[in-house]
Amino acid sequence: MITLSKLAKTFQTRDGQVTAVDHIDLSIEKGEIFGVIGYSGAGKSTLIRLLNMLETPSSGQVTVAGKNMNELSGKGLRQARQEIGMIFQHFNLLWSRTVADNIAFPLEIKGMPKSEQKKRVNELIKLVGLEGRGGSYPSQLSGGQKQRVGIARALANNPQVLLCDEATSALDPKTTDSILDLLVDINKKLNLTIVLITHEMHVIRKICHRVAVMENGRIAEQGPVLDIFKRPKEEMTKEFVKQVTEPEETEEAIRHLFKDDGIGRVLQLTFTGSDAKRSLITDVVRKYDVSVSILQGKISQTQHGSYGSLFVSVTGDNQLIDETIAFIRSQQVEVEVIHGE
Amino acid sequence: MNKILAANGWLFPNVNWENMWDATGETIYMSVIALAFTFIFGILLGLLLFLTDKGQLWQNKAVHAVTAAYVNIFRSIPFIILIVLLIPFTRSLIGTMLGPSAALPALIIGAAPFYARMVEIALREIDKGVIEASKSMGASNRQIIFKVLLPESMPALVSGITVTAIALVSYTAMAGVIGAGGLGDLAYRDGFQRNNSDITLVATIVVLIIVFIFQFIGDYLTNKLDKR
Repeated sequence: MITLSKLAKTFQTRDGQVTAVDHIDLSIEKGEIFGVIGYSGAGKSTLIRLLNMLETPSSGQVTVAGKNMNELSGKGLRQARQEIGMIFQHFNLLWSRTVADNIAFPLEIKGMPKSEQKKRVNELIKLVGLEGRGGSYPSQLSGGQKQRVGIARALANNPQVLLCDEATSALDPKTTDSILDLLVDINKKLNLTIVLITHEMHVIRKICHRVAVMENGRIAEQGPVLDIFKRPKEEMTKEFVKQVTEPEETEEAIRHLFKDDGIGRVLQLTFTGSDAKRSLITDVVRKYDVSVSILQGKISQTQHGSYGSLFVSVTGDNQLIDETIAFIRSQQVEVEVIHGE
Repeated sequence: MNKILAANGWLFPNVNWENMWDATGETIYMSVIALAFTFIFGILLGLLLFLTDKGQLWQNKAVHAVTAAYVNIFRSIPFIILIVLLIPFTRSLIGTMLGPSAALPALIIGAAPFYARMVEIALREIDKGVIEASKSMGASNRQIIFKVLLPESMPALVSGITVTAIALVSYTAMAGVIGAGGLGDLAYRDGFQRNNSDITLVATIVVLIIVFIFQFIGDYLTNKLDKR
């Protein structure tokens, strides 16, 4: 659905040239939710704007839905943009228009007759769950509702692709989840391709099928979300994965425990896919004469299965502990000894 | 009724109410017509200033520089001097220098650049993200101007025209001095020059009432339009 080849964008600033996007090759499938994660300044904002030519590339190609975007201009480009919806961090609604008129805006741009507009607007209001709010002005809505208007507006012309520019970064966690649920819902209902950029791994975990990690204008790492969670290669990817899998204070709390004698060996177990629900600990204590105490654990759900990490301390005979670790490894669970021996 | 007339004669012995009424009509005529043209030209100039600026839709250094120079020059010339400077232009356009219509060119040329700057400021206040969103939906520049820029800045455009309207009322008084008629003319010639301070007083009160009415209408519209 979307193909980028050798795509680059450099900006001329007072301090010289800045390469925001550095020769990126990427392909995104139809119906996929593709996430791009990176810290601010990584170039993800520029990357998403290159997809609909809000930024013009310095070199390289962008193909969206079979159209070579960088060769279009004027009317052709405007028509191609109608096939690509976009939502924004700060919603960017027209405050002088009501919810219904905001949603009708892209229809007006396209030149749809007024009577049809009304019908389509009603469908969209229903789709995003804003029934009864059509006559309100954006200033009368909450952040989550504003983003729903943004989504309805972006979908008005039945686009093939939806671009989300930090769409949940200005929302509180609960509202973020409801907007993400809506995006998944739309993705399934309309088989819509969604590209989103974010700095929150939570968003990637919750709704993305594949993810690319961006740093300094390049893609450091990409793959299916579960794989990235399982085996993050780059240091930065590991940091992002930690955002989700480990509560912030985990490491500190566990390090604190290391000071106690008799803590034994501390293991970090990583489960992926269906493993996360297995009764591994029970199996271990039944089989080996060791005691296991659970220090911390968390399971996170992704679009393709779950991912969990568990910190346990194992005490007992050293030989037995070694056997225990070997046994856990034989169960396709990753083990890292983070303290002791 | 007789009592009122008697009080009238005692308070304002020199006021000829018919003249006062005519002068009021002339002032309102000059202000309203000039205001309508100022609104149109000011918005055109303001849009041009905004759109040709760096990073905007019609970015064009030369056009921007010329427009900015025009606006700055005509905004800086004191109005009374501007009227004198424009005498030849007015003569060729209207055919005379006397009467309220003769004041219109100077009023419009003096007020439009003043308002254009306010239009530019109003347009700058619009969130860039909204313009970006409109582009992402495939809007043309024309659609962005008429469906986004103007409606989104309307409250600021109206409050700006209110300020301009009040400035225009005081300009009409100055225009009166060189023969355009109106309350300024009446206050200066019949009031000041003939030492009839009651005429000056009444003319001032009428000007104030006109200003308050403009302000009231402007505030009302601004509030009604502002949905933020």
